Amino acid sequence: MSKGVAITGMGIISAIGNNVAENYDALINERKGITRVDNVKTIQRDEIMVGEVKFTNDELIAQLNLPPENNYSRTAMLGVIAAKEAIANAGITDIKKYKTGIISGTSVGGMDMTEKYYYEYLTEKEPQKYIESHHAGDSTQKIAEQLGIEQSLVTTISTACSSAANAIMLGARLIKSRKLDRVVVGGADCLSKFTINGFKTLMILSDTFNTPFDENRKGLNLGEAAAFLVLESDEIVKAENKKVLAYVKGYGNANDAFHQTASSDNGDGATLAMEKALRVADLKASEIDYINAHGTATGNNDLSEGRAILRIFGEEMPEFSSTKAFTGHTLAAAGAIEAVYSVLALQNNIIFPNLNFKTPMKEFSMIPQTELKKKELNTVLSNSLGFGGNCSTVIFSKEA
Amino acid sequence: MKKVYINSIASISPQKTYDNSRFLDEIINYNDTVIFAQDPDYKQYIPPAAARRMAKGIKMGVVASKIAMDEAGIETVDAIITGTGMGCMIDSEKFVSAIIDNNEQYLTPTSFIQSTHNTVAGQIALGMECKAYNFTYVHSAISVESALLDAKMQLENDEAEHILVGGVEELGEHTTKVHRAINHIKPEAVTISGVLDSKTEGAVFSEGANFFVVSNEKTKSCYAELVAVETFNTLQKEKVSEAIENFLKENNLKIDDIDLVVFGNNGDVDFDGYYNKLSEGIFSKTQQVFYKHLVGENNTVSAFGVWLASKILKTQAVPEIVKLNEINTSEFKTVLCYNQYRGQNHSLVLLRKC
Repeated sequence: MSKGVAITGMGIISAIGNNVAENYDALINERKGITRVDNVKTIQRDEIMVGEVKFTNDELIAQLNLPPENNYSRTAMLGVIAAKEAIANAGITDIKKYKTGIISGTSVGGMDMTEKYYYEYLTEKEPQKYIESHHAGDSTQKIAEQLGIEQSLVTTISTACSSAANAIMLGARLIKSRKLDRVVVGGADCLSKFTINGFKTLMILSDTFNTPFDENRKGLNLGEAAAFLVLESDEIVKAENKKVLAYVKGYGNANDAFHQTASSDNGDGATLAMEKALRVADLKASEIDYINAHGTATGNNDLSEGRAILRIFGEEMPEFSSTKAFTGHTLAAAGAIEAVYSVLALQNNIIFPNLNFKTPMKEFSMIPQTELKKKELNTVLSNSLGFGGNCSTVIFSKEA
Repeated sequence: MKKVYINSIASISPQKTYDNSRFLDEIINYNDTVIFAQDPDYKQYIPPAAARRMAKGIKMGVVASKIAMDEAGIETVDAIITGTGMGCMIDSEKFVSAIIDNNEQYLTPTSFIQSTHNTVAGQIALGMECKAYNFTYVHSAISVESALLDAKMQLENDEAEHILVGGVEELGEHTTKVHRAINHIKPEAVTISGVLDSKTEGAVFSEGANFFVVSNEKTKSCYAELVAVETFNTLQKEKVSEAIENFLKENNLKIDDIDLVVFGNNGDVDFDGYYNKLSEGIFSKTQQVFYKHLVGENNTVSAFGVWLASKILKTQAVPEIVKLNEINTSEFKTVLCYNQYRGQNHSLVLLRKC
């Protein structure tokens, strides 16, 4: 059970960069991507800050060379950019050489187009092409098409903010069970009026830069992003003499079963998810070198997650930080974004800072890592927690 | 590797299928383009105050899961895995239209919260106080097959003993209108006996919830062994036969070994060719059944196909109303379900008598 699954490629587009190199550069130079929203027309503009990819849809269409009659949602376009980078990074030139599938996580799906043309769909011919891009599976179907994945296992997970972490989990299990030789796993979500207003009504959006794990945190900044990893079987790694970036060593999913949206005060679900992941990885908590926390900077999440981390790590707490202050909370994509950051941390032996932190929370004495830190890292634990009590943990390691 | 069994079933559909002691003995003869699920007595399963807050999909999912759990005779499971192609349409529509109609003002969070795709799986977990693995697949017509595949892997590897798997879909008024505008819904009402010969594009849209308890131990209530599940994002019409033969070969079977095939025909003149080609081709000597004339088309209705196959395997009886050809097999041991929607997202589910 303890053998890891090889990660041989990764790709990302987020508010802090259009590829892996740009994201890394922003992370080590503490350059956050939080601004006012430009690409979504919303009356909330002056009241919220977001982590936005600054390309317009037209620019994305041009970048991807899509025909004018295309019906790509923004989620699909961001997804294709990240997935293509991951495939190139893995040195894959013939996708059909091995049995390859794709698992993506999304929560917004094609809602960006649906909210734009909701009533027009009934009367105007032109936007009707987007009706079929509404459902969550459409973006994954399009990414698969762009990568040339045919007649294969292509599916989509939507468990709110843990979706992409769960996609990584399923992918790793598919490789271990030999259902696939290679699988592209990750997630994509774009900004939309739907999510902006949804989180606004829950009163958990910050009107300024989000401050994870700070006593005076005011809520989250929504973000948009896509990221994908390529997972490959040991046989491919050996046959192709592949460079392995890191391994998916452990994973666990559990449900808080406490409330439809809020996390339990003591973080039962997150605790269970971390325990399961450690068990699958066959690691002790003391063997984790860095925690990339979910840390959305909402009152509820950081308290619940903090308590869960304390329950697992106690006195032997490794450095932890949330990178949400850089990117915003990218919802279903978050687990994939932070998987890329976890791998970058392992590759460079570096811990990314938890920006904007000033005051420790009164409930406990946990202090996140606030400055960039060099440290020999062998294992990174990443949490993703979502609506519906959905809690996921993925552990990445340098060695199999 | 352990074997995997379907130990209980539950179906809420446009037919009265929520009572497991019956098997399509009374048919509702629709003549429509959109058909709704027949409501079981929700009060029996959900306190009325809670039920009022739930959209139909949540109610159907919660109740179908309870029927399946009751029949399996278990209190909790090691995982809850659901599939829904369209998700919680009613709450999604409520929230989007409120955003547009009120220019992003005066919004309340309830419909946003309940619009999340994993609402049903989350509600089931809440109700059962089940802190186990909880996944929701949202990939169009293979959502529920993805859930079955996930469950099967965990049970085979003994990572879990009992898993609740289900698919749920609810009709949203606006979404129905929108799909009518692009001819995904039939232009004229059709009767259940007329669907396949309608020669028009589109399908009869519907809703429902189909749940199963799958386990790696066979119990008294066992319906079938779940032998294999495979999905394909794309598959050309000419390649389906080949894909099925390969799939059977991987499971050490030949076409002749299949006693019954369950097809997902929905009467869409543009896409029923996928089934017709098999019907006249590799399965021309095999008994065939279909079900979408009774329960319509939706993204997780293929789970009704699995329900039908399970029922047939357990009762060894085939209701006349689902027969697609004249061939009558005396004993049903191995059943194959094949489904696709609009030429994409094909699935094969192989079941065996337990």
